[in-house]
Amino acid sequence: MSFNGWLQFAVYSVVLFLLVRPVGTYLAHVLEGERTWLAPVLRPFERLIYKLCGVQADKEMNWRQYAYAALGFSAATMVLTYAVERLQAYLPWNPQHLAAVGPDLAFNTAASFTTNTNWQFYTPESTMSYLTEMVGLATHNFWSAAVGIVVAVALIRGIKRTQSATIGNFWVDMTRTLLYILGPMCVIYALLLVWQGVPQNLHAYTVAHSLETPSQVQTIGQGPVASQEAIKMLGTNGGGFFNANSAHPYENPTPLSNFLEILSIFCIGAGLTYTLGRMTGSPGHGWAVFGAMFVLFAAGFAACYWAEAHPYNVIHGAVQARTATSPGGNMEGKEVRNGIAESSLFATITTDASCGAVNGMHDSFTPLGGMIPLVNIMMGEVIFGGVGSGLYGMLIFVVLAVFIAGLMVGRTPEYLGKKIEAYDVKMAMLYALIFCFIVLTFTAIFVMIPQGLGAMANSGPHGFSEVLYSFVSGAGNNGSAFGGLTPNWWYNVAMGFDMLIGRFLMMIPVLALAGNLAQKKSVPPSPGTFPVNTPLFAVLLVGVVVIVGALTFFPALSLGPILEHLLLQAGKLF
Amino acid sequence: MHSVSSTVISQESPVTQSDWTPPKTQEAPAVHSVWKTSILFTLVTAVLFGLAYPLVMTGIAHILFPRQASGSLILNNGQIIGSELIAQSFTSDRYFHPRPSAAGNGYDATSSGGSNLAQSNAKLAARIQGDIDKLEKENPGKPVPIDMVTTSGSGLDPDITPDNAYYQSPRVAQARGISMDQVRSLIAQHTTQRQLGLLGEPRVNVLELNLALDQISK
Repeated sequence: MSFNGWLQFAVYSVVLFLLVRPVGTYLAHVLEGERTWLAPVLRPFERLIYKLCGVQADKEMNWRQYAYAALGFSAATMVLTYAVERLQAYLPWNPQHLAAVGPDLAFNTAASFTTNTNWQFYTPESTMSYLTEMVGLATHNFWSAAVGIVVAVALIRGIKRTQSATIGNFWVDMTRTLLYILGPMCVIYALLLVWQGVPQNLHAYTVAHSLETPSQVQTIGQGPVASQEAIKMLGTNGGGFFNANSAHPYENPTPLSNFLEILSIFCIGAGLTYTLGRMTGSPGHGWAVFGAMFVLFAAGFAACYWAEAHPYNVIHGAVQARTATSPGGNMEGKEVRNGIAESSLFATITTDASCGAVNGMHDSFTPLGGMIPLVNIMMGEVIFGGVGSGLYGMLIFVVLAVFIAGLMVGRTPEYLGKKIEAYDVKMAMLYALIFCFIVLTFTAIFVMIPQGLGAMANSGPHGFSEVLYSFVSGAGNNGSAFGGLTPNWWYNVAMGFDMLIGRFLMMIPVLALAGNLAQKKSVPPSPGTFPVNTPLFAVLLVGVVVIVGALTFFPALSLGPILEHLLLQAGKLF
Repeated sequence: MHSVSSTVISQESPVTQSDWTPPKTQEAPAVHSVWKTSILFTLVTAVLFGLAYPLVMTGIAHILFPRQASGSLILNNGQIIGSELIAQSFTSDRYFHPRPSAAGNGYDATSSGGSNLAQSNAKLAARIQGDIDKLEKENPGKPVPIDMVTTSGSGLDPDITPDNAYYQSPRVAQARGISMDQVRSLIAQHTTQRQLGLLGEPRVNVLELNLALDQISK
């Protein structure tokens, strides 16, 4: 570990902190339907979309209608992507003449992008045409991000409103999120990325004649990368234009582009904590949630950086210590321009959020360094989290935290003036249980069947970690991988359902909770009310996240990365 | 999910239905209209964000940053020899070598990726040790910078660490018959420092360094 590495972390944290308030305020303006400074340009488009799609913008929905619209819309977008993938050979913008995507892979990919997972069981540059990337995949980066944000906002409205049957209009929330938040941010962001060197073109792949032997040809995959890269990061999607994702120099050419990418992963998620405080009239609560998230983030980074800076103990004759001009440490699967600090930071952030982009290969991380991303996802990706989904996931833990605090003092728990009752806790527990149920069930099945075992790239405990990571990443809608795992029909289909369940079955309890909270009366705080805007509350929240997330998965972790670490320290290889 | 009916909600929630009036905006949209709106909204926003957005960005990018937008390609005597950002293979003693590559069969810019080998995998230990032993024959007794024997995440890492470049400099100087000082000063000229003095790591772009080498000694 180096001073410079910690300084990069500190600067990142400060910039993130400075963004929280302006971003959160802007999000609140947009989602409360206020006029923003972009309205003169965008308001006509907003009206046009309502008109073309038959949206009655002045009508609100109850939670069932809201959920139904979210599901119906997601289904429609998934069908479109499946169709584009299957038909890409007949459609324009396919300069490499790539063939149609097979049915199981097309299903897996459509499910993956619809659910904001962006798990990729394919090498994009040799599988997906430019049109598929633009219309089939990049669109989902906008749509699924917007769905996450609007569900989180619906939940905030549920907390804020009293005796209301409705929680907002799904189509209005979607339109405003896409037009006023994601669209404009991406236009500026994509240009910054091009400036740093990310390509943006529709040319056929470049044929280069190498300097050493001009007869040796290198075909260089390109495409409309920057426009997709921007929303891939900002919407915490993470699906790379290239197989190597943000490790690829075309997706992430410089340390500055790397900084922008990790900043954009947390930008909206962190801003939403302020939106929560602002919309519920309790700014202190927003900051307490931010504080809890930040503590977990910093702890994850410290552990990952510490592990990755360690030398590889079974080789000799190499300089693995840091020097002024070499980062040392575990450089397998990492890029020189990022080194150890920026790679550890990226890995922590991408799994704190449900992003899943990578700038280094997690499969080649040290056993403990690779466990951090895994643990981050297992804790529910609530550390800033996926756009929207991170906040609504954390609010589930908030409900559990106030419930536990209530049990301790023997009072009916209250949360921002709302009594938390059996129905609310049931919905919160449903959310928490669905996740570990699908992850552990699928993993258990796949480490018992030959189709599951045959896909592992590494054997021993690390092979188990690969399978566990894939189902955790799928259900958590993360999309990063221990990438050695080779896809087959079984994984394509199982992962497809893993991702769909992890997204939509978990979203329904959230909306049910929102609907139930919205119709409650507000009770004034009493001396017995547990305040949710204090450091004490933040500590309790961290405790609940760690206990629920980590303890559920500890047995699985001890069979994977922990065992691998102990054996590797003893020099045992597989 | 059907057990979670509205009757359950009203039983368990202490809301008395009488003391509030439902908002006027509560009427339910018909079921078929959700599907219709879903499909229309998908199509309209697909055109906007799937076509208009990337195409307009392509146009603006080519006006503002034409070189980057086209992939930062490098021309030598009118021929494209590669991209500044993408590693290519160098094996001769006369050139600096990039890091080993796991992209396709090596430096395949249509199949980027890392080795995905775990530290506990005997193949990784054997590969790294084998490469170290080979390099040690070139420079006996001199330990090898770790980035020289590890594959990058993309397999297309265009950079090596300055330590790596200096390690290779005796071989390059000897093969070209130029002085070590010339090679070392070239490396120093082509070392990129941390961006803004803070971000990332110091690095040397291999293709640019090799082009500069060719300029001082054909």
